[in-house]
Amino acid sequence: METMPAPTLHPVLVRHPAWVRLSHWIVAMSFLVLVFSGVVILMCHPRLYWGEVGNDLTPALFELPISRNYRHGGWEQNGAFFGYAGSPVSASRTYDIFNQNGWGRSLHFLSAWFLVLTGLLYVPAGFFSGHFRRKFWPGAGEFSFRALRQDVREHLQLRIPFQTAENPYGLLQKGAYLTVVFGLLPLIVLTGLTMSPAITAVFPFLLKLFFGAQSARTIHFFASVLLVLFLLVHVLMVVLSGFRRQIRAMTLGK
Amino acid sequence: MEKPQLITRRRALITGLASLSGLMLPGCSQPLPPTYGNLLRMGDALTYLSHRTLLPGQSLAKEYDSRDISSFPATGTTNPADRGFVPELREVYGRLQKDAFQDWRLSVEGRVARPGRFALADLQRLPARKQITRHTCEEGWTAIAEWTGVPLSVVLQKAGILPSARFVNFYAYDGFSDSIDLYDAFHPQTILAYGMNGRSLPVPHGAPVRLRVETQIGYKSLKYLQRIVVTDEFVDPGDTGWAWYVGI
Repeated sequence: METMPAPTLHPVLVRHPAWVRLSHWIVAMSFLVLVFSGVVILMCHPRLYWGEVGNDLTPALFELPISRNYRHGGWEQNGAFFGYAGSPVSASRTYDIFNQNGWGRSLHFLSAWFLVLTGLLYVPAGFFSGHFRRKFWPGAGEFSFRALRQDVREHLQLRIPFQTAENPYGLLQKGAYLTVVFGLLPLIVLTGLTMSPAITAVFPFLLKLFFGAQSARTIHFFASVLLVLFLLVHVLMVVLSGFRRQIRAMTLGK
Repeated sequence: MEKPQLITRRRALITGLASLSGLMLPGCSQPLPPTYGNLLRMGDALTYLSHRTLLPGQSLAKEYDSRDISSFPATGTTNPADRGFVPELREVYGRLQKDAFQDWRLSVEGRVARPGRFALADLQRLPARKQITRHTCEEGWTAIAEWTGVPLSVVLQKAGILPSARFVNFYAYDGFSDSIDLYDAFHPQTILAYGMNGRSLPVPHGAPVRLRVETQIGYKSLKYLQRIVVTDEFVDPGDTGWAWYVGI
């Protein structure tokens, strides 16, 4: 049996500045609360749609079996609104649904405020301090498809090379952080705002951008799934690369 | 002797807070409705405050084409005669319903110069507004319908709303009550709707008259209206378990 090659470099400690550590944990906590309250909200209406309209009387893209509201079928027809065949209909609900949105929604928005306000400070700070340029953005000559392929292969074999203190993250890692900070998190905030009647009254282009209020809700859901996947991989990598050391680096900064 | 600092941190904080409360002042005499005692409601209060200070107040919600009208679930109370919370109101509503709401009157009272009672025909004689809008339910679903009604602002002005007024409270035959601020009350799309999809408003959707507040979530659009009371102060409904401001 062949032995794994010893890393050529000693593990280096990333020195996270205090504002990075603080915003990391505020975002981490608010994200966990957002996932929890988001699931509670989704349990109330576990159907997802495309376009502007979606309700129990219209077809869904798919339905999740995550509460007693799943396919409950408790509707009593009131009749059609118009005379023609296939006219929109009305029906009265006869089933007592699971609904914890009274606190669920308020908790969701409270934690969203923490995420958004932290993001509004973190992103400019990241640009002005050079944090994004130095740590996230692949340097000249660093990115090539060969290098990326090699990074993927090494990750799949769980043989991740240690980086240097000047360039602490690998290509895949940089890609993941860039996707989360500049892709998924802005996307999930904007699709969340697209569900707000007061916001879309002022910014109707949001409805165009995301193909309607229900599409925005569906995209919001998939963005949250991707972010949860990122979180799982992120935590796995922290464990594999030395849990105590990494937690110390992100809390005490040394 | 130490030189006094021109700007201390404490003074900067006080100045910041004072200017923030200055931002809140134009909205209403009381900066925030006082129902927000607990941590959860602080987020709602921040949402309300930021919407009222950062968003222009009178932007119209998107209006749709008649081809966009969709099926529409009736939820919550679907007939106050069967399931109202207040027995007396339940009985009264049952009688009104039998008579096709001939004897129904909407009482407008409180901080108005000319309190009065409006019959359905009185409301229908006032300038009407027709709008095809999306109803966004807190549960997560949406539906599009055409609503016909009289702008609330018309009724409030006809009743002579007083300059000190800040909130409009609604009381319904199913026992629910709620209130909105004057931004929403005078929003052009805030109407007292008596028609839905070209016909009289059906009982499951709030007959004979319901409120439509298109810039907030569905539950603010109270069904089965009975009474409108204009107040200077926020009327604390106690802990309903639901956010008071739901523009989001």
